[in-house]
Amino acid sequence: MSEPVISNLPASGLPDSAPPDEAAAPAINASAEQVGEPAVVQSVAADRGELAMEAVSLNKVFHLGRGASLQAVRNVSFGLYKSAVVALVGESGSGKSTVAKLLAGQERLTSGEITLGGKPVHVTGNHAFRQFKSQVQYVFQDPFSSLNPVHTVGYTLTRPVKLHQPGVKNVPAAITALLEQVSLTPAAQFVVKYPHELSGGQRQRVSFARALAAQPTVLLADEPVSMLDVSIRLEMLALLNDLRTRLHLALLYITHDIASARYFADEVLVMYGGQIVERGPAEDVTQRPAHPYTQLLIASAPDPDNLGSSLKSGNSVQGATVAGKLGSVGPAATGCPFSSRCPLADDKCRRENPALQLLTPARAAACWRLDVAAPPLAAGTI
Amino acid sequence: MSPILEISDLSVAYRTPGGDVHAVEQVNLTLNAGEVVGLCGESGSGKSTLAYGATRLLRPPAVVTSGSVRYGGRRITNGGQPADLLAMNHKELEAMRWREISIVFQSAMNALNPVLRVQDQLLDGIRAHLRMPRSEARDKAAGLLDLVGIPRNRLRSYPHELSGGMRQRVMIAMALAADPEVVIMDEPTTALDVVVQRDILAQIVELKETLGFAVLFITHDLSLLLELADRIAVMYAGRLMETGSAQDIIREPVHPYTQGLLNSFPSLHGPRRELAGIPGSPPDLRDPLPGCPFIPRCKHAIAACEQVDMSLVPAGGPVAGPVSHLTACPIVISEKSQEGVRS
Repeated sequence: MSEPVISNLPASGLPDSAPPDEAAAPAINASAEQVGEPAVVQSVAADRGELAMEAVSLNKVFHLGRGASLQAVRNVSFGLYKSAVVALVGESGSGKSTVAKLLAGQERLTSGEITLGGKPVHVTGNHAFRQFKSQVQYVFQDPFSSLNPVHTVGYTLTRPVKLHQPGVKNVPAAITALLEQVSLTPAAQFVVKYPHELSGGQRQRVSFARALAAQPTVLLADEPVSMLDVSIRLEMLALLNDLRTRLHLALLYITHDIASARYFADEVLVMYGGQIVERGPAEDVTQRPAHPYTQLLIASAPDPDNLGSSLKSGNSVQGATVAGKLGSVGPAATGCPFSSRCPLADDKCRRENPALQLLTPARAAACWRLDVAAPPLAAGTI
Repeated sequence: MSPILEISDLSVAYRTPGGDVHAVEQVNLTLNAGEVVGLCGESGSGKSTLAYGATRLLRPPAVVTSGSVRYGGRRITNGGQPADLLAMNHKELEAMRWREISIVFQSAMNALNPVLRVQDQLLDGIRAHLRMPRSEARDKAAGLLDLVGIPRNRLRSYPHELSGGMRQRVMIAMALAADPEVVIMDEPTTALDVVVQRDILAQIVELKETLGFAVLFITHDLSLLLELADRIAVMYAGRLMETGSAQDIIREPVHPYTQGLLNSFPSLHGPRRELAGIPGSPPDLRDPLPGCPFIPRCKHAIAACEQVDMSLVPAGGPVAGPVSHLTACPIVISEKSQEGVRS
């Protein structure tokens, strides 16, 4: 296999590749660089299998015109491992989808490096881009708009099979196998159907089958279940879980639903304002969140065990009150991005942007006030 | 508590060339004054159709085929008799809407007019329904924004200048403009982040406490209702499957569908539990099967299920339980308290 390459990474001199700090013009979220060396975390996902894809210090700056720019992703580093699920959690606008698009080669990096199978991903032509795509596939959020309504399921799947598996002689048999893999059986019945004849869950299965047609090693799933009904979601996650074990897929699961990440992912990365603010083993992060933002996120999730709860009595959870009053406040322009909403923020937080600090070998959080936010973790007693 | 909105035996069908789609079948639902009732169901279960059918907002091909909807707000003084919404003429409906029953529509992103300032949209509604001078209406609009926690200087903003949460708050402010007694909220927080969602829900609860309106809260997310609602009605394939207090529904769900739903969403708090979900997909409403519509997906299904008439019976079974807890499944009550979802 030749080196995986992407055609549309930035060549020097393109406007996209201008270093972010060069823009003297007003910049949104252009806080100062992070202070401190980002911690190197031993990902728990590495226990599942070998490294498939790695992101190293990814940065993405969008130029908005009139000299304004937006740093959508700052210093994001993590690894995707075979047979493992890494969840990227955050609210809309936190930069989680941009990270996935960078990994998929759909957006150009401003700086940083992506490696696939240990080799850096490089710039060149269409053929190489196709080869890259056959290893890294993307599943979109909305199965209602990601399938072409005028094509049958069979046609939708024929194209990637022909494109990415040129050796295959019996295309219909390959399609049948794909449909069976995503439990759309009997396959013959689904091949002739149009998207509008399928339910939401079935459509999303077709999207999965289309991604699998390229026989990828990495699957980037951008909110794959959030458009589906609650009763269907679990089945879809079970299917993804089954696929990653059976096909040794390295899976990036992007979601705003941190509860599903708890059940489904090995490692959780929490993003806010374009940065990873906390990462670690899924159960650990959700049960003992260290960063004030993660704590707010978890306190805000509906809690069925909390009947006649804080909502009714009017006592908001710690942090939620502040965030409630400032609900529409975006990430801070300088210092820690969460400092504009954080109940613990002090002057240092508003001035300097913290890098990830190691809490345990597998966990890190980017916060100046960890001693207050998560005392036992910060003291290293857990 | 007195019933303020009483939906009885309501059926709504969509007339299509391929036959009638029975979107809502024989639904009975009561909303008491000052109460939050949660109506929960998957997409296509008929929950929105039920609300829109009851408020006369449906257009052909949707037809209300049977039932009655009685409204008994304090401003309606029809000789002390509740008014029948389904029998109202255009003029009566106009007086009813916003003044008595208002709706917060799904997806605030699309429900606001993108080319009008927030102020103008609020004024439109206020002046159409309250008939007050312009200056007074403007004060009222500012007051409404205060009510939902939006700074007054946002009056001159266009919808695209507001965040999703703020747009949703504007929608709520509009619905409350004429001090209605019933507010129907159709998935008001679906497109929002959890943190914002919680703020809005807390706001709704607070407003309800101060203004005293009743809420019919429609959502596909049962977990929201468990915290928010006084009573919950679970809908599936156009039928009510189970109704009860939030306490009943979460502690002792009796209908297999409710049990499946409760076992479908991962929880953040408490120990990890085994999740099962509900295999299969909802039935085709064009050609309903005899008996319970949940049979194909139900693990308790037996032959007798095809004779079930889907009327609600007390969930306590022969042993008298709290009468407020009703279920459409007489089959599993007899073998009540099997393993239980949250054992």
